[in-house]
Amino acid sequence: MVGICGYGAYIPRNRIKVEEISKVWGTDAESYKKGLMLEEKSVPSPDQDTITMAVEASRKAVKRAGIDPALIGAVYVGSESHPYAVKPSGTVLAEALGATPECHTSDFEFACKAGTEAMYVASQLVKAGSVKYALGVGADTSQGAPGDALEFSAAAGAAAFLFSTEKDKIVAELIDTYAYMTDTPDFWRREHMHYPRHGGRFTGEQAYFKHVVSAGKGMMAKAGMKPSDFAYAVFHQPNGKFPLRAGKMLGFEERQILTGWLVNKLGNTYSGASPLGLTAVLDEAKADDKILVVSFGSGAGSDGFVFRATDKLKAAQGLAEKTRQMLDEKKRFLEYGTYLKYRKMIIMNE
Amino acid sequence: MQPQRYWREIPRRYRLEAGKCRKCGKVFMPPRLICDACRCTEFDMVRLSDKGKVHTYTVIRIAPSGFGEQVPFVLALVDLEGGVRLTMQVADCGPEDVKIGSPVKVEFRKINEVGKSGVICYGYKAVLA
Ligand SMILES: [Zn+2]
Repeated sequence: MVGICGYGAYIPRNRIKVEEISKVWGTDAESYKKGLMLEEKSVPSPDQDTITMAVEASRKAVKRAGIDPALIGAVYVGSESHPYAVKPSGTVLAEALGATPECHTSDFEFACKAGTEAMYVASQLVKAGSVKYALGVGADTSQGAPGDALEFSAAAGAAAFLFSTEKDKIVAELIDTYAYMTDTPDFWRREHMHYPRHGGRFTGEQAYFKHVVSAGKGMMAKAGMKPSDFAYAVFHQPNGKFPLRAGKMLGFEERQILTGWLVNKLGNTYSGASPLGLTAVLDEAKADDKILVVSFGSGAGSDGFVFRATDKLKAAQGLAEKTRQMLDEKKRFLEYGTYLKYRKMIIMNE
Repeated sequence: MQPQRYWREIPRRYRLEAGKCRKCGKVFMPPRLICDACRCTEFDMVRLSDKGKVHTYTVIRIAPSGFGEQVPFVLALVDLEGGVRLTMQVADCGPEDVKIGSPVKVEFRKINEVGKSGVICYGYKAVLA
């Protein structure tokens, strides 16, 4: 048996509303709110980055697992906003947890899919018996170019998962995994460029829907399961509309999706998006509930996971702050000027 | 900050590692070589709590170099559970939000960056609980 023995989330307290961004660029806030189902998004403070959020989410995962962090044998962080171009995020994270020095670490990159890649590799290493505990984290502080549609959604957050094979510690058993990937240039950022570029509408049918739906179907076929077997389904959520539509295409009802659907109030946390959705589901799930997770990363590909909540989950849920608490409480709303300052988009003197 | 100096401080910056006197139990942050209470020279490493209360605070309006973009910000003496008092910034709040006695928790944050190309220094700050 392999599965999650601890999980944790982190969402910054700052938010900016769609109206506040629209006001500056003369766009119609209502069309974004209706069309993309976005209301507000999280914004990192100037002293937060992928590493600081990964540390906070991972500390919650360690707390819920109740393990000695020195026994974590692998630490993987997936992000498209690693703070250094050269120097791993994972070393800082492992050091902050107390997992060093007997620990393997690597940073993953695959647009919004990097977080589930880290989870995928961490879970398989534990399954293979190479390490006792392995940590997979998805974290991002993504930026959209000012005035671009992505500016309404690019947000910040992190989710962390500790994997183990110890039956008495597992809160969600990993039943099966699946990966679906092609070379699709729907979204990219070249070296030294500040903002990503994307293929506009090409990012929809040929990229997001093709990969998410194919991975969802492939995952269910491999596990021998159908939509009605699942209590919850979590899909990558670049905006509010896409995951609901992908779920519908796969045969899921909205009630299965909404628990892990955070995007209307959170924005797109990129590598953190479907992993954060999974943390919100784990906060609520009951023993034996089955959970489908399908991520998506431009470039492009999707990872599929099937989890089954165990009777150990209930006791772990209350051991750290829940995801919806971080999403709904202690929010600080920013004006556009402060948002630009926080995101370091104002040109300063050296 | 020199990378070497930052690196030496990693155990206490990242993990709040303090020294606890083996003889009388007094906890020192940063750790010391000799206990000032009983002169014992043997210590055990302990990790401080991430919860505490504001003992007192000040508001920084004229900041040292590298911190100018953050003014005004709150610098507080925080009494951590377990009895150790540490100086730290209180993040994500305005000066009017902090009171003596405010409950706080410790979070992992960037403390400063050495220019655009230097090392990024991480450490602890408080946030209102
Ligand atoms: Zn002593």
